[in-house]
Amino acid sequence: MQYGSRGFRAGKWYCPMRHDNKVKIFSLSIIWLWLALFALLPFGLIAVASFLSHDQTNLLSLPLTFQNYTTLRNTIYLTIFEQSFYLAGLCTLICLILGYPFAYFIAQCEKRLKWLLLLLTIIPFWTSSLIRTYSMITLLKAKGVINSILCWLGIIHQPLPILFSDVAVMIGLVYNLLPFMIFPLITNIERLDHRLVDAARDLGANRLTTFSKIILPLTLPGILSGCILVFLPAMTIFYIPDLLGGSKAMLLGNLIQNQFLVAQNWPLGSAISIVFMLVLVCLLLIYWRSTRGKAKRTLA
Amino acid sequence: MKLPAISYLTSIYLFFYIPIAVLMVYSFNDAQYSLVWHGFSWRWYQELMADTDLWIAALHSLLLGIAAATVAMCIGGLAAINLYRYHFLGRKLLSALIFILILSPDIVMGISLLLLFSFIKIPLGFWSLLLAHITFCIPFVVVTVYSRITSLDEHIFEAAKDLGATDLTILSRIILPLLWPAFIAGWLLSFTLSIDDVLISYFVSGPDFEILPLTIYSMVRLGVKPEINALCSILFALTLLLVIASQLLLRKKP
Repeated sequence: MQYGSRGFRAGKWYCPMRHDNKVKIFSLSIIWLWLALFALLPFGLIAVASFLSHDQTNLLSLPLTFQNYTTLRNTIYLTIFEQSFYLAGLCTLICLILGYPFAYFIAQCEKRLKWLLLLLTIIPFWTSSLIRTYSMITLLKAKGVINSILCWLGIIHQPLPILFSDVAVMIGLVYNLLPFMIFPLITNIERLDHRLVDAARDLGANRLTTFSKIILPLTLPGILSGCILVFLPAMTIFYIPDLLGGSKAMLLGNLIQNQFLVAQNWPLGSAISIVFMLVLVCLLLIYWRSTRGKAKRTLA
Repeated sequence: MKLPAISYLTSIYLFFYIPIAVLMVYSFNDAQYSLVWHGFSWRWYQELMADTDLWIAALHSLLLGIAAATVAMCIGGLAAINLYRYHFLGRKLLSALIFILILSPDIVMGISLLLLFSFIKIPLGFWSLLLAHITFCIPFVVVTVYSRITSLDEHIFEAAKDLGATDLTILSRIILPLLWPAFIAGWLLSFTLSIDDVLISYFVSGPDFEILPLTIYSMVRLGVKPEINALCSILFALTLLLVIASQLLLRKKP
């Protein structure tokens, strides 16, 4: 799961004794062809489609126009953007606060225990997020497990209306995305040189200073990649607001899905996605800039 | 580890696993709506067995997962080997592209492929799903195999080259025998991703080819039913086994 952890250093030892490049050319052309056809070209198509006009019969049609982008200045869309940013940002913050100590404790464990704990963290990372979201409904609904327990304990007398609220959406988002925060943090914290922490303590730094001056700056790449991995999906996993938030919650993902499959306005949907991709690019640039010079970048 | 740390770790793990545990327990409860325990029963699993539509969807998902994982394993595995072994034009670009593909939200990949398929006129169904699934699995195979390849001793390749081995010989006699666990792990993870994917499949599937995650999604939208509990429990257990198997394969020998 560590990507580029040792840096790409291919070719250093490679001396071309034989010019025998068939395997290389063959495998390289396959991967390039595939990615060009099914990743780059489709992304290009979104960009093109965002400048086309909306047409009921053909879905996309000429003439070229900026209208899709000007439409987005409408307050309805701006509100959704704002709401998405707010919810995704809050979710990222909660995940960071919950995940950082968790990752820190796991990174301190001895080898065998750490492997087991890592496995327990990987499982929610890889298993179906739809199923895990669904399991949340059983817990949160009016006659669900949480309400029943609270009633039984006598804490509440009427079931709390948790399901179909923003709180439920937030719980669902954090529940689904917390592993995406924890994973890059663990790989980053694991590589923290503990002699630096010891040295700081030795030189009289208290716990808070050690944390803010040593540990935090050194684990910043992990924090940033965790935040990106949480923030972006948080805005787009449309089935979480759909299942947990009823019809009230509307995130960017729901808006895009709606434009493509319900309203059938592909150009507008594409324009929203382009704006969203620009956010992604900005976040990546911040990430790249703040980790530049530090040889070790991590990604779950 | 101190007590606060242990209790903190435990509470997060409980947060992760209690909802799933509750789901599984209720799939055996002999009652339609009630939360009260009415005794153990296989009833919901039996009803599930009788549902032929679900069986067809499950079969479709299985077929799709196996095909997508196999192709993604071959392409992604070769790409990882190339990234490690050679200097080539656009090598940084390729690794950046794979990095971005992992980061880019599923929904964007979903709509971009929908646009592509409507542009080159591929009907939405098995083939569109297969192409999409292979595409989102490849980066994960690359990362899995690449992180493993860096643990190999570089001198093996030098020695093989020195002794006159061609690239194909190195691939078949050195890389594959040493790296097969990573390839299998990549396959298992791809299969898991494919069988669980909702966001991308949602955009590129057609009415002729129902797959399990989308069927579950539409069932869940209609409401909570004990059969879904049973179905989700089975699927969760299956992916759990695959993930554990893949992690055992990737485990570094002490």
